[in-house]
Amino acid sequence: MKPAPFEYFCPDSIDQALDLLSEHGDEARILAGGQSLVPAMNFRIQQPAVLIDINRVPDLDYILEEENVLRIGAMTRERQLEFSDLLSQQAPLLHESVPFIAHPQIRNRGTIGGSLVNADPAAELPALMLALNARLKVRNNSQERWIEAPEFFIGMFTTALEADEILLEIALPVMAERTGWSFMEVAPRSGDYALMGVAALVTMGEDGKCEGAKLVYLNAGDGPLEAKEAANILLGEKISDDLIQSAAEHGSEHEITPFGNVHASPEFQRHLAQVLTKKTLTQAVRRAEERKQ
Amino acid sequence: MTRLRSVAITVNNQEYKREVEPRMLLSDFLRHELGLTGTHVGCEHGVCGACSILFDGESARSCLMFAVQADGHAIRTVEGLSADEDHLHPIQQAFWEAHGLQCGFCTPGILMSLIPFLEKNLDPTEEEIRHALSGNLCRCTGYQHIVDAVKLAAERMR
Amino acid sequence: MTTRYFGKRIKRNEDPRLLTGRSLFVDDVDLPGMLHAAFVRSPYAHARIINIDVSQALKREGVVAVYIADDLGDYWKPGPLLVSPPPIADTVFNEKTQVPLAKDKVKFSGEPIVMVVAESRYIAEDALADIYVDYEPFSAVVDMEKALEEDSPLIHEDLGTNIAARVVQKKGDYESIKPDAALIIKRRFSYEHGCAAAMENRGVVAEWDRRSGRLTVWDTTQAPVVIRNGLADLLGLSERQVRVIAPFIGGGFGPKIMMFYQEEVLVPWVAIQLDRPVKWIEDRAENFVATTHERGQIHDAEAAFDKDGRILGVHDVFLHDTGAYDPYGLTVPLNSQANVLGLYDIKNYHSEFTAVFTNKTIVTPYRGAGRQHGVFVIERLLDLAAKELKIDRTEIRRRNFIPPDKFPYNNEIIYQDFVPLIYDSGNYEPLLDDALEKIDYHHFIKEIQPKLRAEGKHVGIGIVAYVEGTGIGPYEGAKVQVMSSGRVSVVTGVGTQGQGHFTSFAQIAAEQLGVPVDKIDVVTGDTDQFYWGAGTFASRGAVVAGNAIYEAARDVRKKILQVASEHFNAPEDELELFDGQIRVADVPRMSISLGELAKKANPTRGAVKPGTQPGLEATNYFGPERGATSSGIHAMIIEVDPETLQIHIQKYLVVHDCGKVINPLILDGQIHGGVAQGIGNAFYERLVYDDDGQLLNGTFMDYHLPSALDVPRIETAHGETVSPLNAMGVKGAGEAGAIPVGPLFAQALEDALHNVDLEILEIPLNSNRLWEIINDANNKGK
Ligand SMILES: Cc1cc2nc3c(=O)[nH]c(=O)nc-3n(C[C@H](O)[C@H](O)[C@H](O)COP(=O)(O)OP(=O)(O)OC[C@H]3O[C@@H](n4cnc5c(N)ncnc54)[C@H](O)[C@@H]3O)c2cc1C
Ligand code: FES
Ligand code: FES
Repeated sequence: MKPAPFEYFCPDSIDQALDLLSEHGDEARILAGGQSLVPAMNFRIQQPAVLIDINRVPDLDYILEEENVLRIGAMTRERQLEFSDLLSQQAPLLHESVPFIAHPQIRNRGTIGGSLVNADPAAELPALMLALNARLKVRNNSQERWIEAPEFFIGMFTTALEADEILLEIALPVMAERTGWSFMEVAPRSGDYALMGVAALVTMGEDGKCEGAKLVYLNAGDGPLEAKEAANILLGEKISDDLIQSAAEHGSEHEITPFGNVHASPEFQRHLAQVLTKKTLTQAVRRAEERKQ
Repeated sequence: MTRLRSVAITVNNQEYKREVEPRMLLSDFLRHELGLTGTHVGCEHGVCGACSILFDGESARSCLMFAVQADGHAIRTVEGLSADEDHLHPIQQAFWEAHGLQCGFCTPGILMSLIPFLEKNLDPTEEEIRHALSGNLCRCTGYQHIVDAVKLAAERMR
Repeated sequence: MTTRYFGKRIKRNEDPRLLTGRSLFVDDVDLPGMLHAAFVRSPYAHARIINIDVSQALKREGVVAVYIADDLGDYWKPGPLLVSPPPIADTVFNEKTQVPLAKDKVKFSGEPIVMVVAESRYIAEDALADIYVDYEPFSAVVDMEKALEEDSPLIHEDLGTNIAARVVQKKGDYESIKPDAALIIKRRFSYEHGCAAAMENRGVVAEWDRRSGRLTVWDTTQAPVVIRNGLADLLGLSERQVRVIAPFIGGGFGPKIMMFYQEEVLVPWVAIQLDRPVKWIEDRAENFVATTHERGQIHDAEAAFDKDGRILGVHDVFLHDTGAYDPYGLTVPLNSQANVLGLYDIKNYHSEFTAVFTNKTIVTPYRGAGRQHGVFVIERLLDLAAKELKIDRTEIRRRNFIPPDKFPYNNEIIYQDFVPLIYDSGNYEPLLDDALEKIDYHHFIKEIQPKLRAEGKHVGIGIVAYVEGTGIGPYEGAKVQVMSSGRVSVVTGVGTQGQGHFTSFAQIAAEQLGVPVDKIDVVTGDTDQFYWGAGTFASRGAVVAGNAIYEAARDVRKKILQVASEHFNAPEDELELFDGQIRVADVPRMSISLGELAKKANPTRGAVKPGTQPGLEATNYFGPERGATSSGIHAMIIEVDPETLQIHIQKYLVVHDCGKVINPLILDGQIHGGVAQGIGNAFYERLVYDDDGQLLNGTFMDYHLPSALDVPRIETAHGETVSPLNAMGVKGAGEAGAIPVGPLFAQALEDALHNVDLEILEIPLNSNRLWEIINDANNKGK
């Protein structure tokens, strides 16, 4: 299990990195934390001819708040997300989900940008981006553009990023008032990719009725998957266990398309989706009520 | 074969200058270029944790990094924990007394993962210890004596 | 003697070296000019090899040699049969052992076809991609029952069948008691493939010294002496020309035994051919397909009971998956066959098995070595009977235990060591009583569990029993020697893989010689240090090698007393050995260190008296007539989330009897590790094959070894029924932790999910499988 040979570049500015990328195009891969790319190279599943290591490019790791928007640099390590006070206050959903990713040694290296570009359908962060209405800033050597999360994830391990583009930043609105959150997953062991995971956000109006709801699933299809109809069932309603149950049933039966793996059949995944939807919605509603007071 | 690159890497406070192929894994570099064979390799895909080292003070998998990435950085391996077998680090001593190892293959990676953990928390609960260990597989011990060793080490280091 | 070393929780001699990263493992061997090997392995489970083109690989810079089967000439032949078929009447055994490189046909996915030798492992792997092999794929034989159908493809065509073996063993007459039975329980039980997954993969380094004509091989083997003998034979060398070193080994658990793995046979040969050192280190991807597996049995079992739950007889017919070859003979299924009898007084037993070739990795013993399957069958049958007869599950076991006055107890069948399965000693009820008390069984089921159930919690208890045949022959030997420094050297032929032999062996010698344990240097696994031996398997290290050391150390003790008696001119019974000295009791000034005495025993002038030998040393051997039988009880309390089917083990208890204990600290460690593997086997680990014989989860991402969060704290307690078969009274314990965890899970999970009428008849489980079993039970109920 040794990687195939490659040409290695270690640019110290983003412009240099972008020039190298545009020069080598499809042949090249960006090396961020390496926690997905290097195992794939060790198995020789991936054999890029050129690696562009952006670990020495300055100013790509930060977590800031500006005008109610959280800005996270693409090279921010998963460990930094885990220990960020700012995130725990302004994006508790994201903050709470990070410890579910792998193990400390992996999170010390793995980056948010790497996880998003990797776009593993079972990964936590892509689903969280959908749940949090994230926008992603990407750039090639001539222009910069923003992509909304739903447009970014277009399939299994596939994103809207062009071969010459680098993901630079993730922007998220801070969590709205009167909003509760919950993230839960079932994995064979702690740190494993989940068999099923659900992120839920619920905003409760002053009148005790649901003003907004969002449900996003991971490992439920070929990318992170939002269940809009299920969430709509809650809108404008007073939340009851029955209502949550119908949302859970609808989401798990009609809106997800899990295809199973060696650890779980699609049927079991749907079952887990239903159970987790119930649990996450219940917790999110409770938290929203708490935050109202 | 691709072009060799020169690297200068500080390992256990000593600087090593070598010419390496970019694809050489840091684990292979430590073991076979520098002869620091205390760092073990069990899977080369990031799961077992046997290859864990400290990279600028933080635990990381040396099988998921290239040696070239460590150029100019500081690495610490199990060999850097104690001068010799008669002067063990408190964590090593605790592992010895609590029988925290059997074949000893997983041990260096476990020790290196625990160093930063105990630096941050010298009064860990059993649950916290088990979480800290969950990224290191051990096939021999069933973990119990390892957990006991960590408790003992924390107590002594407080 | 004032200081005792035997039976003490002494910390291990080997640890400082391991803890500081200064111990030698095979992959740490680095020799000047060393080359590195890699293998092209079949991507198909079953295919004809039409053509192999290695020309591009040979052109690659850094590639030194490439070998296919035809390049091996006379060296190409099937490997040795490691364990011959048992002396049981009418046994069918079709011998098919693995070949160094597949020639015309590949028989499992992962089978080596081409060997590449290059300047580095990186280059060797590059060259693998340069090699083109044309295959004609055949349909794969994956399912055991289908393998036995008329129209199944054949793996070894010359046999005309996929049957590897068939064995029938009987005790009493099962059919004759059937009509008397008050209850007959009949079920199908299955047990799926898993693997040992030692943290260290396999590895071989070989160096040929042309000038001295000596070959040195560093090998991750559990049986260096056997490998030395085999390699000498294969290579046409004398045993004295071959040195096999098994240095520190990163876990063995069975598959590292003495397989004469393809790589193990090829690397030394190539080192001689090329006259350069050659290293091959298995990577994890290879390990999953190339290192042997275990498990894979289907039992159709039935048991007849009287109305009080006493077993009248057991009838078991099972299939055993041996993989593509059967070099390890029938050890695994024979163990399964024996362990169905458990610790129960079963008077009538009919057992027959068919071992089946399939297009999968070879199956050989892995910790437990088939005992699990047998224990699963009998323990489940007892649980099912207890339910039917409304007898408490612990009571039904108690009623069937072999009573203490019936030992030695003859089971009247042949065991894996080819002698009748006779239990040497045992006393089971006290173990059960101790377990019931420690887990608070009656209180739990009467008070605690009903309360928890009322709260909607699903918490179950399990309690199962097992025996473990350990310490079988043939023999081991040891040499004990007092060095002139006063340190003692203990040398034996077994290999060691973390069991603490450097310490427990030292304790045995320390006890005899009165020398502190840290002054005793144990050497294992180097055939130049000790010539004879068999290897570490079947929980035999402590028993067989341990007793050889005991015998040798006693001989040295006698010699010390003799020489000192002359030296002090005092009778032997007035002498005492203490802290590395020998002294005349009560006369402090008459004392000499053992080192000094050793020098005196090796005079440089004068004559050694006829009939005596120089030095304070002795070599002795121990060969048990049969194995010593350990026994025990495992109990567990487990909570299940009824929705997600995730589990949480709240309590785990092992009450174990392995006779005299050399080092309780090390024993606890062995049990903890065994239980952890048992838990993996019961709930986390399963090798999944598709219909084409492809392994679908051959990585650590997808083959789930339990982590520190999955293995609970394990409480241990010990009984002590000494073995009459050896002077120390010890029995083995290496596998005890792993054996009964499957049926324990099944019983405790059924108990936890009491509101569903479910039967768990298979291992391994996982959340998904448990959910399916529950659904099936609910649908049946409708
Ligand atoms: C044992 C183990 C367990 C794991 N468990 C989980 C888990 O439970 N959940 C989970 O979500 N993940 C898990 N991971 C993956 C981990 O989170 C990775 O770190 C992450 O998916 C990738 O991040 P990275 O920075 O390491 O990316 P890399 O591996 O460096 O890169 C991944 C891909 O993204 C590209 N890329 C990276 N950054 C950029 C950028 N800024 N612009 C453009 N392209 C870029 C790379 O070219 C590459 O194709 C696990 C990994 C391991 C080894
Ligand atoms: S060898 Fe690096 S994690 Fe296993
Ligand atoms: S001690 Fe052997 S793997 Fe941990």
